[in-house]
Amino acid sequence: MPGIFESLLATTRRDLLLAWKRPGDVLNPLFFFAMVCTLFPLAVGPSPEQLEFSGPGVLWVAALLATLLSLNSLFLSDFEDGSLDQLLVSPQPLPVLVLGKTLAHWLTAGLPLVFVSPILALTYNMPVSVMGVMMLTLLLGTISLSLLGSIGAALTVGLHRGTALLSLLILPLAMPIMILGANAVSLAAHDDVYTTGIWALGAYAIASVSLAPYATAAALRISNE
Amino acid sequence: MWKWFHQLASPPHFYRIAEILSPWLAIPGLVLIAYGLWQGLFVVPMDYQQGDAFRIIYVHVPAAYLSLMAYMIMATAGAVGLIWRIKLAHAVAAAAAPIGAAFTFLALATGSIWGRPMWGTWWEWGDPRMMSELILLFLYFGYMALRGAIDDTAKADKASAVLALVGIVNVVIVHFSVEWWSSLHQGQTVFKKGTMDAEMRIPLLIMLIGFTLLFGSMLLRRIRTEVLYRERRTRWVREMILATGDGT
Repeated sequence: MPGIFESLLATTRRDLLLAWKRPGDVLNPLFFFAMVCTLFPLAVGPSPEQLEFSGPGVLWVAALLATLLSLNSLFLSDFEDGSLDQLLVSPQPLPVLVLGKTLAHWLTAGLPLVFVSPILALTYNMPVSVMGVMMLTLLLGTISLSLLGSIGAALTVGLHRGTALLSLLILPLAMPIMILGANAVSLAAHDDVYTTGIWALGAYAIASVSLAPYATAAALRISNE
Repeated sequence: MWKWFHQLASPPHFYRIAEILSPWLAIPGLVLIAYGLWQGLFVVPMDYQQGDAFRIIYVHVPAAYLSLMAYMIMATAGAVGLIWRIKLAHAVAAAAAPIGAAFTFLALATGSIWGRPMWGTWWEWGDPRMMSELILLFLYFGYMALRGAIDDTAKADKASAVLALVGIVNVVIVHFSVEWWSSLHQGQTVFKKGTMDAEMRIPLLIMLIGFTLLFGSMLLRRIRTEVLYRERRTRWVREMILATGDGT
């Protein structure tokens, strides 16, 4: 029987391969991210000072919404074609398999956001020196978002109208992540001490890597009874 | 002792006990609330700083306290139901959620009304406690929406219990992140929590006890309804209904 680490990587590899075969699933949240960032100047006006001021917040809200959009499909296709049942009856520990799937989700949904964000930040007049901080907060924040979201996705898998419900469940839980991330970037933009936010985001990410897979596994078992 | 405890977990037994207990909580609760309101609104002197506006504290604080208390009960009952598979615990959680949401709403509404004369605005985004309370309301909405979306009661019970437990960890994080956030933005300074005069404090204590008793009675009544609905296909419910002569 393969070890825990191998089964984790095998799950991740499988999901990455699936994502590779269906590039739309990866690209759509990215387009959505860019579009939300476009909506904002159209709604409140293009004044550069205002955009510079609200840039960190807008980028973070857009990233949060884009992640939510992609979370719905985390377990959906597995649920529909029966692979989820295979995961549940597998002798491997379910939290490990869940962690593998979430890792793949983060690699295909979270990480691309981190790399696209500087381009959008540029259009919001964000100084290049702040971009590193922004990418770091997004990097840490999207890890937590993927893991936290996986709990919600597991609870709503197989439900009708699951997408709207998933957002309703996850948004209040995800608010602290956005508060920490967006404000750390704002502080960095004002040459202020921003490390509190980074440390807190890091702590959140570590806590969710260690705890969330258990909650997700429990939720998956409940949803598939 | 333990026998009594185990009997309590049986739905028909609890149904009867709750019926007896409910008015014993409701009547003292209402009396205390009436007395506390009279004291708070008419007897206690005006606040030297806030005038008469501070009197809303006698509704606001008990509501805010119960909004958290109801969440604790909901999550604890959910955990008990998950771990020991006690069906009644899930009925308690299901019954607590709407009451908790109502008290959260009441706390927000009274806070907003209080804010109008004090801060000059109905809603102060910079106040960390208002933000935490609002997020708590959203957590309640999510919890109830999840319950409503799952048709199978047993599954809805367990799924919502997991959500409530994840939420309770998050309530703490929400609290601290919002505190940090508001310290950055220097929201309107809330009045310093100075020592309250005993004259003002005692009616507040009476209101707190009164609200808690009333909450207990409301919770028992809702649990009874919940138990009745969940056990609608069992014999004891049918026999009880036939005995009262209302059965059709």
